[in-house]
Amino acid sequence: MKLKILHLYPKEMNLYGDHGNVLTLRKRCEWRGIKTEIVEHEPGDPIPDNIDIIFGGGGQDSNQNKIEEDLRKIGPRLKKYVEAGTPTLVVCGLYQLFGDYFETHEGDIIKGISILDIATKASSNRLIGNVIISTPEFGEVVGYENHSGLTTLGKNATAFGTVVKGYGNNSEDFTEGAKYQNCIGTYLHGPILPKNPRLADFFIKKALERRGQTDKLERLNDSVENRAHKVASSRPQ
Amino acid sequence: MEKVSIILGKTVQKISKLRGNGGSALPGLVIERTNPNFVKNILGKLPYGVVVISGTNGKTTTTKMVTELFEGQGLKVFTNKTGSNFVRGVISAILKEIKISGKFDYDIAVLELDEAHAVKFSEVAPIDYALLLNVQRDQLDRFGEIDHTATYLQKVATATKKTVVLNREDPRISKITANNISFFGLSDALVKKFPSDDDLLSKSKTKASTQKALVTLEKLGDKATYSIDNEKYSTTLKVKGIYNAYNAAGALALVKTVLPDKTNDSLIESLANIESAFGRGEVFIINDSEVEILLVKNPSAFQLSLASFIDDEHDYMIAINDEIADGRDVSWLWNVDFHSLPTVKICSGTRASDMALRLKYDEVQTAACIENLKQAVTKFTSANKKPKRIFTTYTAMLEIRKIISGRSLV
Repeated sequence: MKLKILHLYPKEMNLYGDHGNVLTLRKRCEWRGIKTEIVEHEPGDPIPDNIDIIFGGGGQDSNQNKIEEDLRKIGPRLKKYVEAGTPTLVVCGLYQLFGDYFETHEGDIIKGISILDIATKASSNRLIGNVIISTPEFGEVVGYENHSGLTTLGKNATAFGTVVKGYGNNSEDFTEGAKYQNCIGTYLHGPILPKNPRLADFFIKKALERRGQTDKLERLNDSVENRAHKVASSRPQ
Repeated sequence: MEKVSIILGKTVQKISKLRGNGGSALPGLVIERTNPNFVKNILGKLPYGVVVISGTNGKTTTTKMVTELFEGQGLKVFTNKTGSNFVRGVISAILKEIKISGKFDYDIAVLELDEAHAVKFSEVAPIDYALLLNVQRDQLDRFGEIDHTATYLQKVATATKKTVVLNREDPRISKITANNISFFGLSDALVKKFPSDDDLLSKSKTKASTQKALVTLEKLGDKATYSIDNEKYSTTLKVKGIYNAYNAAGALALVKTVLPDKTNDSLIESLANIESAFGRGEVFIINDSEVEILLVKNPSAFQLSLASFIDDEHDYMIAINDEIADGRDVSWLWNVDFHSLPTVKICSGTRASDMALRLKYDEVQTAACIENLKQAVTKFTSANKKPKRIFTTYTAMLEIRKIISGRSLV
């Protein structure tokens, strides 16, 4: 058994250590004897069949421009994957572009790929700091946010979590991120997966289920993870 | 006007010192408000002008190298000490040195300024020369993003009247434009050892740029070999680490630009005797063993430090704080590859557990995780007589230095 992880734009979209998310998925599979293959997708590459997990991170503005065209090209394929229940995690920049659109300062509309029913508007304020959210499925999730886009959820999206500390989607409605099928979009980096092992295992478990393996995931010793989680949630915003 | 400002500034400095404020920012603030031309009028009169050194990594040690290279050539150098690298800090430093009569007895100013403050400085005072080292990911929560940081340095370069000295191997620095440009660079063999920020994960750059450089670092073993004006010069260095040896090439290029008539031999001789700056590769002796402190404040610095300072002889400790001056965000640790490390004896600092977690995912063992720095340093230094190295972020470095030099060990 080998899980195929698609990493979207590892070169351009890796501003906040997002590579750590892919490493976490890989290691937590390896430690359980599950082999992985990482498929690094750069602009122009084809999207392969039989992808088990999709991940994409955030990038600085100039890099974001470089991938937008390619993303729109592969958008329909990605949408098919998500609709079929492929576990997918998108953070920050790609979270925004998985939505309907991003409205710039100048009022220009950058179209997203409409997988998540969200819309984002540029603001002049940067929302920065440690975040704690509470989620129905994964308990307390910790991370760090650094974004100026303000995101609102449409009626077909549910929030990933509720803000306990920090700003979240827009600093107003206490929502953080969005969830649709097994696709989670979030502003939390840190990176998000290492300190939230329950969330990391969700992607692995869903991937295995889709391959017909419904056994319980083997438990790992997460004492280091849990300690880091606890410390992170105790730090000032 | 200057005289009034000098007296006013010195008085405020005395009062704030008496009140125990250490007195760095307030006098600067008062002068900034009352006499906006103060810095320009004082520094603008220096015979060799004003040098600004900026970039993400290596500013403090490079500023020290440039200062001592000029002093080695007999110049009196005015420089700002660590911790005051913004305009108000420069004003305070001037006030400390200037006579009531207005006499400011220096030949040249060499100022360390971070990217944003270098731009602010350029708006209030003339810059004659600038040495721009690198643009790397550092404290993103303060500056936003690295391309944005590069635009700051472009502004500094545009404001520079005479010559800008640029790092040829950093893609964001080498494309900066200015009136006059000199480059410092690396040989092909050494380029591989210096990941630029884009290369940290992909490690793609393998050849030096082809632009002509005034000074290049050719080889680095027991001795460093520099090529200046196409002639080779070899020397031992007291500063350690490949990045310091490379920044020394920048320092040499800058001093050559300002003083073109001085002999290369005399510059190399001065360079050989320069020691590390405060908390940057300083070595302390504790319980008969050497303890070396290595500042790592961002992924590139950490990666280069790991490339320079990992061997079988030393014990290692890592201290990661997330105070404002370190950056609250510790996600940058995930952009560093730690596979080269042997077992780390102790992870410490406010984010010790984040560090231990990061190491776990690179399959590197952590023997102990002790948040409290004093307990950690005590345990680490009393374990055995082996030489030791501590990689540390900025505020943890200050604290460790205090613990070690005050011998306030439990």
